[in-house]
Amino acid sequence: MMSFHADAHTDGATAVLRMRGDLDATADVALLAAHDDAVAEGADELLLDFADVDYINSSGIALIVTLLTDARRAHRRMRASGLSAHYRHIFEITRLTDYLVLDVDGTVRTDEGAPTAREEAAHG
Amino acid sequence: MAGRLERWREARRARRQAGTVVDMPVPAETRLDASPVDISPDDPALVHFQNAGGPVDLDDVAFDSEAVRNLRAAGVKLVVPLVAQGELIGLINLGPRLSEQEYTSDDRRLLENLASQAAPALRIAQLVREQEAEATERERIAQELRVATLIQQNFLPRRLPEPAGWDVAAYYKPAREVGGDFYDFVELPDGRLGVFTGDVTDKGVPAALVMAATRAILRATAQRLDKPGEVLSQVNDQVQPDIPARMFVTCLYGVLDLESGRFVFANAGHNLPCVGRPDGASEARATGMPLGMLPGQDYEEAEVTLAPGETLVLYSDALPEAHSPQRDMYGFPRLLGQVGRGPRGPQLIDHLLADLHAFTGEAWEQEDDITLLVLHRSGATPDAPPPRRRRIAEFTVASRPGNEQVAVERVIAAVSDLPLDGARVERLRTAVAEATMNAIEHGNENNPELLVEVEVYAEPSALLVRVSDHGGGAPPGPVEAPDIAAKLRGEQTPRGWGLFLIRNMVDDVHVTADGDRHTVELVMALQGGDDELPR
Repeated sequence: MMSFHADAHTDGATAVLRMRGDLDATADVALLAAHDDAVAEGADELLLDFADVDYINSSGIALIVTLLTDARRAHRRMRASGLSAHYRHIFEITRLTDYLVLDVDGTVRTDEGAPTAREEAAHG
Repeated sequence: MAGRLERWREARRARRQAGTVVDMPVPAETRLDASPVDISPDDPALVHFQNAGGPVDLDDVAFDSEAVRNLRAAGVKLVVPLVAQGELIGLINLGPRLSEQEYTSDDRRLLENLASQAAPALRIAQLVREQEAEATERERIAQELRVATLIQQNFLPRRLPEPAGWDVAAYYKPAREVGGDFYDFVELPDGRLGVFTGDVTDKGVPAALVMAATRAILRATAQRLDKPGEVLSQVNDQVQPDIPARMFVTCLYGVLDLESGRFVFANAGHNLPCVGRPDGASEARATGMPLGMLPGQDYEEAEVTLAPGETLVLYSDALPEAHSPQRDMYGFPRLLGQVGRGPRGPQLIDHLLADLHAFTGEAWEQEDDITLLVLHRSGATPDAPPPRRRRIAEFTVASRPGNEQVAVERVIAAVSDLPLDGARVERLRTAVAEATMNAIEHGNENNPELLVEVEVYAEPSALLVRVSDHGGGAPPGPVEAPDIAAKLRGEQTPRGWGLFLIRNMVDDVHVTADGDRHTVELVMALQGGDDELPR
């Protein structure tokens, strides 16, 4: 088990929320605090960076739904980067991808047998 | 004739819709009534216009015709028949000339030329419209068929049970217009196996939906009640209020004791089970009304015991009701004879299908879905080698949040030698994590003194992971499916993804309750990927 940390910075007009560790029920306080920091300046876009997240469970999905609810209220776009093929699949079947854009050109994960983001993008 | 008239009407509609009636400034009193004039198929005007060979002055028509009367009443003076390939496909209707003079021979020649050029173009337009309409209809039917097939196939079991000492085989082939056949197995406590097979009396999407609902209710009820008669009676009471008129479901449900070979069953109007023995075959009889017809039905139970080497056969109507080219029916006597003479065990399916095809001939178009189930008691006793299911891990974790990851790592270590590709291993991780979390949080209510038990089994074609907790009682009813749109609108809590994830990660999920023990069984097929297993 990897304890969860999150920090916020801005990259141009985009607020970036970088996460590390396991995104599960124990992540809520740290995640929501970092999220509030990230959007404090009223950014138009929020990027969730999952490059250092290895485990997301149903409680983690629920936390992302909470962030999405807030983003929709504030008319803020949301993107996600650094997800492995497995979690991209989960984002698709839960239909999170109807509401946030998956960034496949960002960090590429190679930690599983499935094709990496870059390979998939290259093969359409 | 009717077809021709329809085309004529179609042509009129097309002409009006296409705006070919040019709206010229015409004094109100001479304006034509533009509403369509129907000509009945037996009206003599039809033949007269078709053979006229040019414009027809209605004042010159001497015979009595309703159509001509109606045309005159609408202010028509002259009609110009549009004839293509000898068929009347429309009329150009003209009122009196604005100058109140008669139409001259020049006018008539001009109109005749116009008609001879317009008619073939109009005919082509009509044909294109007809073809477009037919193509749309064909596509609609094909789409409905695809949906029905999808529903049907999603609800057939993805793997068959492999109980020690038994060979279980199934054959299902949908008809071109998918029927409502279904079958399934329910693994019950104490070494028993529930088996059902049924047929919805309709085809297409409506039948497939009724099938899916009935199957779900049957599965849930079979896990709750022991006696097959009571199971069917309860299922009938649940299905009956909602089933569409003129639709019902025939169904046979039985419980097989794998140890003794005793098969106790009840029957809601389905075909009787057939038993192949060394000296021939026999039917076992139990009767009852099909599901969905009348509430408050009782279903009698009957039983039959299979000795080692004997085979139980369950089947749907399509087999006994298949026809030969001479329109003879295959029939039950022939079926019983073939079960009696044929091989025992799963090979019996091939034997019956070969006999069916010999009977129907090659040109046979299958009229209904074919379902055949064979349960053969092979004689191998449960402890005879080699066991088909071996336990590869068994452990417990305390009910503390986070321990789901401990369970995941132990399961993944246990399955490292099994043929599972990387993507399926990831899915298994998520499914085991969610099932264990549910057991910790909901079943054992985070009480660290209660243990979550995990068992991992390998079968020749599947991996099974059983996660048990102490949250006993009846299995939970259907839970609300998570809907992200509703969650974002605040109509559902952001949570509630666990069971959804589990069901989407593995090939099958069974939930059972026995005393205070609640078990979730995850099934993942081996040696295959998504290509082989429709998700």
